[in-house]
Amino acid sequence: MSEKPFRLLPQLTPENWHYWTAGARGELCFLRCQACKRFVHPPMPICGACLGRELLPAASSGRARLLTYTVNHHPWVPGFDPPYIIAIVALEEQPDLRITTNLVNCPQERIQIGMAVRACFEEREDGIFLPLFEPAEA
Amino acid sequence: MEVHERRCAITGIGQSDVGRPLDRDPLALTADACLAAIADAGLSREELDGVATYPGQMLGGTAPGFSGAGVTEVQEMLRLDLNWWNGGPETSGQLGSVITACAAVAAGLARHVLCFRTVYEATAQGGGRRKGIGVGAGTGGKVPRFGGDMQWRLPYGAASAACWIAMFAQRHFHEYGTTREQMAWIALNDRRNAARNPLAIYREPLTLSDYLGVRMISTPFCLYDCDVPVDGSTAIIVSHVDAAKDCRKKPLHVEAVGSALHGRPSWDQFDDLTTMALRDAAAMLWERTDFKPEDVDVAELYDGFSFIAMAWLEALGFCGKGESGPFIEGGARIALDGEIPLNTNGGQLSAGRLHGYGFLHEACLQLWGEGGQRQVPNDPKVAVAAAGGGPLGGCLLLTRS
Repeated sequence: MSEKPFRLLPQLTPENWHYWTAGARGELCFLRCQACKRFVHPPMPICGACLGRELLPAASSGRARLLTYTVNHHPWVPGFDPPYIIAIVALEEQPDLRITTNLVNCPQERIQIGMAVRACFEEREDGIFLPLFEPAEA
Repeated sequence: MEVHERRCAITGIGQSDVGRPLDRDPLALTADACLAAIADAGLSREELDGVATYPGQMLGGTAPGFSGAGVTEVQEMLRLDLNWWNGGPETSGQLGSVITACAAVAAGLARHVLCFRTVYEATAQGGGRRKGIGVGAGTGGKVPRFGGDMQWRLPYGAASAACWIAMFAQRHFHEYGTTREQMAWIALNDRRNAARNPLAIYREPLTLSDYLGVRMISTPFCLYDCDVPVDGSTAIIVSHVDAAKDCRKKPLHVEAVGSALHGRPSWDQFDDLTTMALRDAAAMLWERTDFKPEDVDVAELYDGFSFIAMAWLEALGFCGKGESGPFIEGGARIALDGEIPLNTNGGQLSAGRLHGYGFLHEACLQLWGEGGQRQVPNDPKVAVAAAGGGPLGGCLLLTRS
């Protein structure tokens, strides 16, 4: 992708900044429960697994598996032109944590549900680094 | 277990004109539907003491034309004295509003509840394609930033439920070997039934070849997997069974409802993407009745996107988990004279997106034998109506004694 497409962007808040900005360090970051060590995503004030109250941002492996995808052909967002691949991926070390994302650097014929993918990042304005995913093996 | 919703019956239904677009005030459409339902039940407005709707006035804004009227507008328009009223989007799908009305009637808070749903998406979209999200970017216009749940999808162009539910369908294809040629039968069966419904939007024949040849929206969904936005309003009256005796028609008994949501209320974190929350709503319904899926004579199942109707067929036990593809293939089992007639008015794919209420309206019509050219044969006595997809799902089992 030589030129970055237009994208709709998140509103940064104290609750989500860790997720949307950690790509500057090349990290896929989530809140992590200090009691049970599970990642909590989307961000919540307490851990949904153990009700732990101390959650701090922490880097994940950035590795995931492709759970499902769609090749979108309809122009929903002017400036963000189809076709593009939307995917839900499951974090390798915690598969119940899913991320809706774009699968990039992957020709459509290479897409396979279950394939290993890894986070990569697209830098946007205001320090936002959108997590995208690409095949883990080039 | 005492099943309190059995104190409830449906006593009247009404619908406005349905079109794209009608260029009429959505409140006027609502008036048409409500007055028709009141007359159908043989009630006077003085007897109504409850109103329920989905989603009601959306103060935070929403897609254009998504909500055509709220409770207070209808109360003012009809000058009703209400003991109970409720409207809102946070419920178990579009029919959650009707289920809530049943709860109110069963609890004695109201005797006759007017439930309605109005959309005017065809008019609001100007008769053409909906303006994309973020229009104005690059021309000096300010592009809003997104918070809340949509922040996780909009940056990726996943702006429509078409994309989200397409991914659930794709996962189903992967796990169970489901094919587009199978999924097509939701759309083809809808169109076949719509040909017998003079009020349906699309009535011309649709073939498998047409289906496979049309443009893709978001794989595996093509244009014909996506429902058609319309203007229209539907009204349903839920009455206490004691009060229903005074009504004009034989009451349709609410045998059981399903409103459960046991997983995470999310479009991507839900544990089983192939079932969505419909699994829990449907399981709850069957836990509350001795009826079985094989007792059902007609099924009106949400098909805002074709795959959702397949997921409802599985959730409600009309076929096994993962087996909806082979079950609907060829269309014989789900035809008007099949083992489980499905979406007899053409569904939302061919009759228009009345957004859940159209399925309940049609279920009642069939149980009253008012289906005309599309009437299910052999005097149907048990019907299921279900609406919603993703984390939204609610269903009702109705019987005529």
